[in-house]
Amino acid sequence: MSDLNAVTTAEAPATDAGKPRGLAGDAWLDLRSRKVFWIAAALVVVVLLMAAWPSLFTSADPGDCLLARKNAGASGGAIFGYDFQGCDVYAKTVYGARDSVVVAIAATLIAGVIGLFVGLAAGYAGGWIDALLSRFIDVMLGVPFLLGAIVLAKRLSSDPESNGVVAVILTLGVLGWTAAARVMRSAVISAKNQDYVAAARMLGAGPGRLMFRHILPNSISPFIVVLTILLGVNIAGEATLSYLGVGLKGDAVSWGLAIAETGPYARTAAAPLVWPSVFLAATVLAFIMLGDAVRDAFDPKLR
Amino acid sequence: MTDITAQMDAVPGIDPRAPLLDVRDLRVEFRTREGVARAVNGVTLRLHPGETLAVLGESGCGKSVTAQAIMGILDTPPAHVTGGQVLYRGVDLLRLPENDRRKVRANRIAMIFQDALSALNPVYTVGFQLGELFRVHRGMSRGDAKRRAVELLDQVRIPDAKRRVNDYPHEFSGGMRQRVMIAMALALDPEVLIADEPTTALDVTVQAQIMGLLAELQRERNMGLMLITHDMGVVADVADRIAVMYAGQVVEEAPVYDIYARPAHAYTKALLESIPRLDLKGRQLNVIRGLPPALTDIPRGCAFHPRCAYAREICGIEPPPAYQIAPQRIASCHFVREVLGV
Amino acid sequence: MFRYIVRRLLQMVLTFFGATFVVHALMFAYVDDPFQALVGDRPLTDSQRTALNARYHLDEGFFAQYWHYLKGLLTGDFGQSLTGRPIGDMLAQAWPVTIRLALLAIVIAAVIAIGAGVLSGIRRGGAFDTVTLVLTLIVLSMPIVVLAPLAQLIFGIQLGWFPPTAGRDANLYQLLLPALVLGSLVIATELRVTRTSVAENLRADYVRTARAKGLAPRRVIGVHVLRNSLIPVITLIGVDIGVLMSGAIVTEGVFNIPGVGFNLFRGVRTEDGPVVVGFVSILVIVFLVVNLIVDLLYAALDPRIRYE
Repeated sequence: MSDLNAVTTAEAPATDAGKPRGLAGDAWLDLRSRKVFWIAAALVVVVLLMAAWPSLFTSADPGDCLLARKNAGASGGAIFGYDFQGCDVYAKTVYGARDSVVVAIAATLIAGVIGLFVGLAAGYAGGWIDALLSRFIDVMLGVPFLLGAIVLAKRLSSDPESNGVVAVILTLGVLGWTAAARVMRSAVISAKNQDYVAAARMLGAGPGRLMFRHILPNSISPFIVVLTILLGVNIAGEATLSYLGVGLKGDAVSWGLAIAETGPYARTAAAPLVWPSVFLAATVLAFIMLGDAVRDAFDPKLR
Repeated sequence: MTDITAQMDAVPGIDPRAPLLDVRDLRVEFRTREGVARAVNGVTLRLHPGETLAVLGESGCGKSVTAQAIMGILDTPPAHVTGGQVLYRGVDLLRLPENDRRKVRANRIAMIFQDALSALNPVYTVGFQLGELFRVHRGMSRGDAKRRAVELLDQVRIPDAKRRVNDYPHEFSGGMRQRVMIAMALALDPEVLIADEPTTALDVTVQAQIMGLLAELQRERNMGLMLITHDMGVVADVADRIAVMYAGQVVEEAPVYDIYARPAHAYTKALLESIPRLDLKGRQLNVIRGLPPALTDIPRGCAFHPRCAYAREICGIEPPPAYQIAPQRIASCHFVREVLGV
Repeated sequence: MFRYIVRRLLQMVLTFFGATFVVHALMFAYVDDPFQALVGDRPLTDSQRTALNARYHLDEGFFAQYWHYLKGLLTGDFGQSLTGRPIGDMLAQAWPVTIRLALLAIVIAAVIAIGAGVLSGIRRGGAFDTVTLVLTLIVLSMPIVVLAPLAQLIFGIQLGWFPPTAGRDANLYQLLLPALVLGSLVIATELRVTRTSVAENLRADYVRTARAKGLAPRRVIGVHVLRNSLIPVITLIGVDIGVLMSGAIVTEGVFNIPGVGFNLFRGVRTEDGPVVVGFVSILVIVFLVVNLIVDLLYAALDPRIRYE
């Protein structure tokens, strides 16, 4: 084995010749050369545009439904046809992006903030604080995600007036931070034990400076990867909760709602079920691929 | 049992009068994304029954790859044997179909690895891993195999073998674990034993015990022992002959006494001078300057010339031929005379 | 080993209290009218109000409520649905159906994931591996709300390969499509873990030793590599059970299978709070017990863990 190692280490200097770069610079160079990254990024940009300016994609109004057009085929701007209520499927699908994306981003932010602080505190403080927080995470993981989410979402959405957006954001955010916290914790622990942190401490850096100048920048990348994937998970989560009837409701338009509404009519008209499903899956796929690509770029060992 | 043995590990074409192990011009390269690394470039070695041949060299010189090529356990890809012969009793193992070659491993030629902790499977008891040899190669029952495993552990002096046979590798100390490895290698009475840095991972005191045990078992069974090491101290104690390797080639081969008394290759000489010695305490140590070459980019001519104190123009142009300087001595150096001081 | 079991049991007791507390807190903390929260939008009759109070003691303090709820769980008294059915009876009817579905899903997922994972781990970077990776990515990106209705539409209705719904006494064939849908939720991660694990173990030193022992490749992989590679896959099963439970809610709803998930699905849709809380609590307990078993299995498979 020692021989094989020698073979590869001996080669390393030859390929790494050139000016020195930081980890982030390296990762960016690596990302730029990945096809998967560009596909994922393009998909994400399209979905974000759809969420911000749906009128860019369609001039139809998703609320403009005529029962006379019930289950009608594609015509004019309605390239996906009409659903059982006579609504334009394409317009509804485009407009469905907004609530899905808003919910996913807000919930991911909440989960990210909680995860960041819990993970940092547990990893940096160690001792009983770590033990307590880690046990707490174990307890949270003792309740399967959707089961906890159903109970909490049901509780939060008891107001019949609201469209459920805030309730779903809170549900996904409050229950979804455990993975991020775990990753942050182990990244901080391994960064904390690095020699350069000990060196900075000996040079008189205070705890705040240690944490935010030295530890955080070196442990943030796996955390960002988890959050990227969490965006996809939350989009799926919103759809699932909406499908079950404890998510978005009322005047909200979302892919999950569309799937739930049109599912029973799929036998007579498949398109109203298929298209929101495709958009939902493609969006989740985009975030997973993005997360995978970023992780591979940041983890030189896997190259 | 002898009948079964004869059947199960029969290798066609064995000639009992042929040399035990005869490696001729062996070449191995690793084809990786970064390029082709030539790890072994024409190694020629010969091993006789009852003899200990030490293969000496820095890490990366191709000595372990040579051993694994002889065993036929290189990972292909990336490793490819591109030339040469490995003759065991006159049979070229490299031309043998894989099914026949498998019968040679452990039965005729066995190997001991450096780090016994990672070389043993962590999730099986040592009894299972020893007994497996008898079950697969000899068709023994589980019970018989277990009994043989206990005997083997006894032979390598593991105390309380009957109980310890049911222990897992991580429950043994480093020295005891290496004894288990030795027991595993000796299980099927091989004629050739290849030991790849068998004591490097151990404490100095344990090292001596393990080397002693190996030497004793070798004498008892009249095995040919190929000892791969980078430790010149170990070599001096147990080896009969030494082959010094550099950049995938044997640069000098000689009886052990001769090589210490009068090295014939500039590299060997530099190696010996770089050993700290008590009688020369206070003087500056002669260190070989530079690093071993990258195997993707081996220097033209003599591979050692960029680091050699004797190097002249010819060393960078012509690969040195192998000079037979005495009945058992070979050295591949343009300036053998100067190095020997004659 | 003994110490490991004891420690794991203590941990499980702690998690049990914690997790049931979380469920309880999620449902009952800080509500203006906890009775209304349990029944959602629909009007509440006085008899229901009394029944709910008898079960949850909603007029008492928060911890007293938790205590009554816990006592009910531990004594097997799960209360009544808003329609007056004992939740224990509903469970007894629903379990066998769900267990059959879940077992089928687990077996299908494990066979495919381990089989394909080992193959792509051995030939990493090959054609089979590349195709498998792309397929797992696609499966991974399909939430259950996409997978279940689409599978029903395509394979059940349009192609007609499978019956689109399965009833209470569904046979194996009728359960096959729902089980495939459910299994595909965990197949991708299981496959990826198997693949990585096999690829890593193939490079381990003990594999070289096994080859030096003259073992056939089939035995090297089947006996030496597989046992080591399955350890991380086994630990995944614990997490997977949680995913399967979540997935069963939608899958049983879509395919009309009257199991635990279906009851929960209907409970949520009809805003039957007691049913939701009761079923979720039971599922949480089952989840914890399965995870305990998985951890003990893990210790049995990996001798190193027993000495930590």
